[in-house]
Amino acid sequence: MTIAHRFDYERPDTLSGVLDALARCGGRARVLAGGTDLIGWIREDLIAPDVLIDLKALDELKVLHCADGVLQIGAGVTFNQLLESDAVRSDFPLVFEMAGRVASNGVRNRATMAGNICSAVPCNDSGPVLLVYEATLHVAGPTGTRDLSALEWFLGPRKTALQPDEVLTGITLKKPEGRHGGCWLKLGRYKGEDLAQASTAILMLENGETRIAFGSVAPVPLRAPAMEALLKGRTPDAALIAQAQAMLSDLITPITDVRASLEYRLHMVGVMLERGLPAAAERMNGNGPDYGTTLI
Amino acid sequence: MKKHTITFRLNGEPCTLDVEANELLLDVLRDKVGVKSPKAGCERGDCGSCTILLEGKSVRSCLILAVEVDGQEITTVEGLSRNGLTPLQQAFLNHNSFQCGFCAPGMVLTVTELLEKNPHPSKEEIQEAIAGNLCRCTGYQPIIDAVLELTKK
Ligand code: FES
Ligand code: FES
Repeated sequence: MTIAHRFDYERPDTLSGVLDALARCGGRARVLAGGTDLIGWIREDLIAPDVLIDLKALDELKVLHCADGVLQIGAGVTFNQLLESDAVRSDFPLVFEMAGRVASNGVRNRATMAGNICSAVPCNDSGPVLLVYEATLHVAGPTGTRDLSALEWFLGPRKTALQPDEVLTGITLKKPEGRHGGCWLKLGRYKGEDLAQASTAILMLENGETRIAFGSVAPVPLRAPAMEALLKGRTPDAALIAQAQAMLSDLITPITDVRASLEYRLHMVGVMLERGLPAAAERMNGNGPDYGTTLI
Repeated sequence: MKKHTITFRLNGEPCTLDVEANELLLDVLRDKVGVKSPKAGCERGDCGSCTILLEGKSVRSCLILAVEVDGQEITTVEGLSRNGLTPLQQAFLNHNSFQCGFCAPGMVLTVTELLEKNPHPSKEEIQEAIAGNLCRCTGYQPIIDAVLELTKK
């Protein structure tokens, strides 16, 4: 089955070339990175851009670099590169744990984290993890560059704060101060599948803070400040977890679709808290299951 | 729409052709170049039957435009077995690992990539590597058994 829609293709080799092309096309262009979402969307007629602007000739976007606890992820970095990076594994274990559960090996060789959050489907895997690390997103546009917090990025299903003439060039994460531990829990039908039915990212910090974000259970990935306030500075024992679970129906708004029902999603996020909170606490203290172990 | 002239290496041989931007790599390989081992299964990235190696990495040719691979190196099963079956293919044969064989090219390439990185994978590592390669016939066991037997220390 071929793609019926016809479009042009450009592969600039400088960032200014990309921005010029975007300016010229005025909203009729889409930026192409790994293409694992974009090509499918075009084929399924979800989008019909006149031009695709491929970022893959830009070496500057392929940078994956960690120094002094600051991790830079260029827009061209694939999930498998994240998965294979020692710095990611040791200092940003939730990124490691998440990257390992993105779709399948063949998709991870191509798909990028930047593309994942630009696609911004409600079930995207990167969103909750970037929210708990409070990542900074770097955007280039016609009038220069700007930085946004991941917390400002997601506006709705497939809607982000990115303007049509802008391009996301990279993502920066700061290693949390002191000891930290967490987990990424993703419920899917089978390993190797792309789409989460529900997901939860938990990050606990030495200062007592617990950050929690959910995916696939609302129009956008979201943090849960009320639940974080409840958990702050406390050990997640059974009573506290039950209190957190009781808050869920006010915090998240899952829907019923072909992949799961509302009730199932709500229930399973509760199970994720039950398993994830103790595991995050144990990992912060240097024990608990290895990162990458499936908890759900 | 503009035609693009692309040149890539396919199984070691240079290959030049004109494509339109909306042509999928899978279709171009099968219909224009005549390489038939990548199969059109789901055509949405889920099944792995269209797997090829691009610069040595397994990717899904149903989600790649032909125009994207200009200047790159592609390997398919035809290239792998140019000088006879590889030890991996032989192991699959010995274990009668496939039935209809539709998933086989994707499995062969995916496991070839795995063994490059990890010559002695555990059962779990094999399962993880082929998690996105669906097989409707075998239940996976004879596939995994063949890899384990081939790579046991
Ligand atoms: S045909 Fe490409 S993954 Fe199924
Ligand atoms: S042998 Fe038939 S799909 Fe695998």
